[in-house]
Amino acid sequence: MQALVIVAHGSHLNPDSSAPTYDHADTIRDVGAFDEVKTGFWKEEPSLREVLRTVESDEVFVVPMFISEGYFTEQVIPRELRLDGWDVSEWDSDGLSASHATLTAADTNQRVHYCGPVGTHESMTDVLVRRAESVTGDPEVGAGFGLAVVGHGTERNENSAKAIEYHAERIREMDRFDEVQALYMDEEPEVDDVTEYFESDDVVVVPLFIADGFHTQEDIPEDMGLTDDYRTGYDVPAEVDGHRIWYAGAVGTESLMADVVLERAAEAGADVGDAVETVRERTRGSPAAGD
Amino acid sequence: MRAGQLDALVEAVAADGGVEFDGLNANHRDDGYGFRTPHTERTGLSEAEFREVAESNPWFVSNWFYWTREVGLGDRETGEADSGRRDGASARRAFLRWAERADDHGVPERYEALADGVSREWGQLCVTATVADHGERRYHLRHVADADADLSSLDVYTDPLEARGIATYDERGRYRPLKTAPTLRDGWAFADLDGRALVEAVDVVYPATVPNWYREREGRLDVSHWNETAERQTGIYDVVDELDEEAVEWIAESCCVDSQCLKRRMWDADEETELDADRGDGVFPCREPCSLVVAAARKWTTLEREESRTYEFELTPSEKEQVEEIIDAVADGRTDEIREADVYEGANRYRARFLRAKRFDDEGNLSGTPTDE
Repeated sequence: MQALVIVAHGSHLNPDSSAPTYDHADTIRDVGAFDEVKTGFWKEEPSLREVLRTVESDEVFVVPMFISEGYFTEQVIPRELRLDGWDVSEWDSDGLSASHATLTAADTNQRVHYCGPVGTHESMTDVLVRRAESVTGDPEVGAGFGLAVVGHGTERNENSAKAIEYHAERIREMDRFDEVQALYMDEEPEVDDVTEYFESDDVVVVPLFIADGFHTQEDIPEDMGLTDDYRTGYDVPAEVDGHRIWYAGAVGTESLMADVVLERAAEAGADVGDAVETVRERTRGSPAAGD
Repeated sequence: MRAGQLDALVEAVAADGGVEFDGLNANHRDDGYGFRTPHTERTGLSEAEFREVAESNPWFVSNWFYWTREVGLGDRETGEADSGRRDGASARRAFLRWAERADDHGVPERYEALADGVSREWGQLCVTATVADHGERRYHLRHVADADADLSSLDVYTDPLEARGIATYDERGRYRPLKTAPTLRDGWAFADLDGRALVEAVDVVYPATVPNWYREREGRLDVSHWNETAERQTGIYDVVDELDEEAVEWIAESCCVDSQCLKRRMWDADEETELDADRGDGVFPCREPCSLVVAAARKWTTLEREESRTYEFELTPSEKEQVEEIIDAVADGRTDEIREADVYEGANRYRARFLRAKRFDDEGNLSGTPTDE
């Protein structure tokens, strides 16, 4: 028996933080690739300390719903899951390349295939593009459009910006959008000045965040000038300085994210059959999770 | 009992030489088959005679079949006994047996009780086990407050994962960050679940409570006490190990009692130092301070760094008592119960507004006394 466990941050204050994790778990459960699909959280229940106890399988694939490698993926999750002998060198990563490491959970004796975070997986690039398609309602969106990938950015962890740069560069290489730019909340170039970085009239803005919350629903729309007060809402697209801003909200709520989770597990050795194609098929055109 | 169940029993007796389960003893020796229950004892039977006796004791056969073949652990049973730790399936089975009081009653009494339904409480959940055709168990789940409600008055669900929607918000629509808070809303039911789906639904409402309860029953619940948990914290929670034992006592007293959480607190300051606070009467144990407690403790750690100082306030005796009543009402979550016009209650909104109008200055300082002088 093999199980998938998706681990995420969660929140004590609102349920939106864990909603995408539940949605993607449901999508994967429906395609039947795993005997069990479970979720565990840092701030919700079951806690990371106890989630493996809720799993009957011996073989467990753990996929973190986090954007970048860093404090949570390298310290908190392995510690709380009690992954025996974990050391970050197991991932042999440059900050973007963590794939998986196989360890034993001291608590349950299960074999745990601990995967890199979803945010740094190459398939995440496709999800960002799909997000642009779903927010514009145009499966061919690209020509005449600019695309901004927005990250939190922080001076405390260089990996945080790496993931944003990485996907922005990959989208640029697709040669699909007229312009592609990586922008940040807390460092230069800032999302506040989004219109200064684009010549295109139409700009899709996709935050590389797991869940919609304070930053994606309040800070970023206000900072970009989509609205003076997030509570009054904003249009999509909204007119700012002569540009049409198509604000997409957190990429993590896009239903195609389930595919990234599956690919992480498959690369760690999970037998997922044709689930990857099925999920790609099923999530196409379906409303974004959490909408 | 179905024919297939009897075939399976004959096969198991032939393969293993004997089956002993819940009062049923079926065996195959040199002198033939034996079939024994608390009320029947037959030996030296031919296979045909064995089948005939078994058919006249169908409950024992279907009971054996249900617990070993349907709920059974398959090939994992031996492996689990060896490791003693990978016990997810054993926990599920133990919970289902608890649900029908299998350890307390023999098969005939149980089948009679299951015909009407055997109900047990798991936190605010009422679990009812029934027996369907051929010994198959079916389970029913609802809020204890709805134990006697007519099913037609409840919202009926079938998919265990739908319990997520029920457990996310309290009856006033507020988010429930603690799943084991005694604020589970009522008005719903899962009317017809199999054993696996029942345990799944319970796990959605009260995550990980079944495996922890099982480990406790097996005498190997691992408890992480406060000191150990606090020392494990890193990042912004690194500071919580500064709290002294008295403050830890206050945490347990304020957060970890039945009025706030239905888990039974098993952790203390450390293995040697018991806390005085009530542990609670919950059926499932709490094996370490939860993330909510750790997050709250971080705030208290910073607050506890402050030294107390002396302020001077002007209050009438009744106003002092009123301040105490307000703190009590907020701490116990009773402010909503205080009637709009009940000015006899200290925590009544108009009483509180009067006190504020009279005793606060324009900056919101009590008795006009600034916080930082």
